[in-house]
Amino acid sequence: MPDQTFPPAKPDVVVIGAGWAGSIMAKELTEAGLNVTMLERGHDHSTAVEGTYPGSIDELRGAVRKRLFQKLAHTSLTIRNKPNETALPYRQLAAFLPGEGVGGAGLHWSGCHFRVTEDDLRLRSATIERYGQKFIPKDMHLQDYGISYKELEPFFDKAEKVFGTSGEASSVQGRKTGQGNIFAPDRSDHFPLPAMADTFSASVFRKAASEAGFHPYSMPAANASQPYTNPYGCQMGPCNFCGYCSGYACYLYSKASPNVNILPALRQDKRFTLITQAQVLEIMLDDTRKRATGVRYIDLKTESEQVIEADLVILSAFQLNNVHLMLTSGIGKPYDPVSQTGTIGRNFTYQTITSSRVWLPENRFTNQFVGAGGGGVAIDDFNHSGLDRGKAGFIGGSPIWVNQAGLKPITAAQNSGGKGAPRWGSAYKAAMIDQYKHSLAIDAHGSNMAYRDVYLDLDPTWRNAYGQPMLRMTFTWKDNDIRMNQFVVNHIGDIAQAMGATKTSLNSLHPGQPFDSRVYQTTHLNGGVILGNNPKTSALNRYLQSWDVSNLFVIGSSAFPQGMGYNPTGLVAALAYWSAYHIRQTYLRNPGPMVHA
Amino acid sequence: MTSSSPLPPRGVFAPLSRRGFMGGAASLSSVPLLSHAARADEKSTGQQPSTPDDNPAHYKPIFFNPEEYLFLCHACERILPQDENGPGAQALGVPRFIDRQMTTPYGHGDLWYMKAPFVNGPPELGYQLPYSPQDLYRGAITPINTYCLMTYHAIFAALSPEWQDDVLHTLEDNKLSFNEIPGATFFEQLRTNTLEGAFSDPAYGGNYAMGGWKMMGFPGARADFMDWINQEGAPYPLGPVGMPPKPDPYSPSFQNDEEG
Repeated sequence: MPDQTFPPAKPDVVVIGAGWAGSIMAKELTEAGLNVTMLERGHDHSTAVEGTYPGSIDELRGAVRKRLFQKLAHTSLTIRNKPNETALPYRQLAAFLPGEGVGGAGLHWSGCHFRVTEDDLRLRSATIERYGQKFIPKDMHLQDYGISYKELEPFFDKAEKVFGTSGEASSVQGRKTGQGNIFAPDRSDHFPLPAMADTFSASVFRKAASEAGFHPYSMPAANASQPYTNPYGCQMGPCNFCGYCSGYACYLYSKASPNVNILPALRQDKRFTLITQAQVLEIMLDDTRKRATGVRYIDLKTESEQVIEADLVILSAFQLNNVHLMLTSGIGKPYDPVSQTGTIGRNFTYQTITSSRVWLPENRFTNQFVGAGGGGVAIDDFNHSGLDRGKAGFIGGSPIWVNQAGLKPITAAQNSGGKGAPRWGSAYKAAMIDQYKHSLAIDAHGSNMAYRDVYLDLDPTWRNAYGQPMLRMTFTWKDNDIRMNQFVVNHIGDIAQAMGATKTSLNSLHPGQPFDSRVYQTTHLNGGVILGNNPKTSALNRYLQSWDVSNLFVIGSSAFPQGMGYNPTGLVAALAYWSAYHIRQTYLRNPGPMVHA
Repeated sequence: MTSSSPLPPRGVFAPLSRRGFMGGAASLSSVPLLSHAARADEKSTGQQPSTPDDNPAHYKPIFFNPEEYLFLCHACERILPQDENGPGAQALGVPRFIDRQMTTPYGHGDLWYMKAPFVNGPPELGYQLPYSPQDLYRGAITPINTYCLMTYHAIFAALSPEWQDDVLHTLEDNKLSFNEIPGATFFEQLRTNTLEGAFSDPAYGGNYAMGGWKMMGFPGARADFMDWINQEGAPYPLGPVGMPPKPDPYSPSFQNDEEG
């Protein structure tokens, strides 16, 4: 398994970042006959080494000491809530957990593998059609993707087949199955694997949600419910609900990852070269600044600076790093929130997520350590396109779900107590044990809209280990998203009652609450290098090609104009396959801008 | 959905679940004393009894001096006290766990972004001090003892549990600061590391005889619940296992992996 070979002197393509987006692009472009060199800042990762039992299921080493996550000692970012504040460094990983090393965040993700609602891709148009232009709050940068669900459907389908996704379809080629999410758009095919089984907690939620008049469905999970061989010949084994998905490398080859589902095939291709410990500093441009010539990187093994030239550059690092590299390379115009000009750093969004908790009677054990990262039961009654948002007055939405992914004891103990309840001592200990044994979590996993004064740029003060200015995040919660979250969480109470809850703790955002970087929420960060139809308000055209540099494609959730209610990986993968398809069909035959502004 | 699950027929597991429930209740009531916990472990899992050298009571700290270690033993115990629900932090070896963590990359602050300048800000923007976990313990423990001597005329370890709790509440509420270390920052460090020690794999020096996992009902490194995805709310019937084989978390190769 060679992973450190020297690249061809000049590959056709250089791919930055070895996560889902980069691995998909590398696979597609080698299939097109191109020589591809992929650069990854971290170490190599494989199931046979990092994923072996029992080292891979050690909570202290894994999720607590953050084995697979970004090494902040080398580089981080700064955060502030408002543009008039001084941003300060994110010194300890907490709110979000970017990956590092081969597989990226795709190695330590949970496996929640969604598509989109039809309106997610045309949210501006859909909102204006139904509620009128005035319904959009001032300073909200609501935008369409410029791609329809119908256009993207074959690529969602392809991604599910590569990931070995387990789920239940509701509508296939216009035929209703009587199962699945009744609000989901039509599909060309079923999921490749049947849905994951319900944990006890999920089964209780399914029954109660149904009784409360909602429409529960099995969450689509890139956790294999059965043995599976994907179109690349990569094999998966059935998930045993060990509970070590999020934050861990799956020891069973059951959770889809670039490492399991794509790289085993890519590594056998002579046209493919992977260089690890390669920290990219800059995408180099020629004198016209309209053409990328290659990339400059530090080989961390020898601490020497290297240059690779290539005809085509694919930027497919984590969302934050895609934005950072565009800014440090001087590609496109940085976004200015005052003049509202420029596109790089614009429409940065997150996910509006709150977790509520329900306690069952003492003779019901929720065994919260049992779980699968992508499994569970959800309702889309407050996320689907048809929901009337007029009266409640918000744009966006949120699925509600019980996604018992495997709660381990250190995390459970740390998060017990608070909100007036003791956080230590005997009373805490009794309540913590009771909470671990008899409670379950219900999440509202909602959308997050884009706003004029929420954005990314370069920090004036703090630098990374390579002497570059770090990225600066300006982010806080806005009224629209708080209203959405409160509206949705109010309905969790009804479901809890139907579950026979002995106690319920509903958690929602409240007006004026600042974003808190100390509390884990989710790693679903979006935007900053978004796609669209207008080069004044988007950095990329609908094929994820830079408007400014036509031989540069920027792939990832950095392309999302706003954050949707679902998890982003399914859309990241579909957009990667969509972009690759059009590169192969159109760009390679006639390199240059694929859309003329 | 549930009908298509890969579970064996319910009947196979129903008797087991009842036994498991009784066994779990019985072992919970018998864990307050360390010796009982060790014996329960032998019985339920058939593992070798812990060797005398493994007993946290015999541990000699490598980072903390005797005064600091004495404070740690008593302060951790108030965070997670021994009571009817099971062993406390001291019997679980939490002070030993924290002492060992101090010499890992984590203890040196190598997992954090620690570049200057260090600027105070609103709490939502997170930790902004130039201190590693080592620095926080070393900087705060002696001044806390000095404060206890001045206020209560005894060091922390010699105070009654009620007075110890008063001191910890004062720290948690951030009403005291020592050597530019806010009391709340030190308290959170202590609480975080105490809970890590109580519930991490015994290989790291805490969770002695898996007493922390037993009281939580966590089965440790079993990591296979194919037969317990949904047993209608019955408790999981098997006791915990540690990581086999136990790695040496302080070997140079392990630390390189952590840094990499």
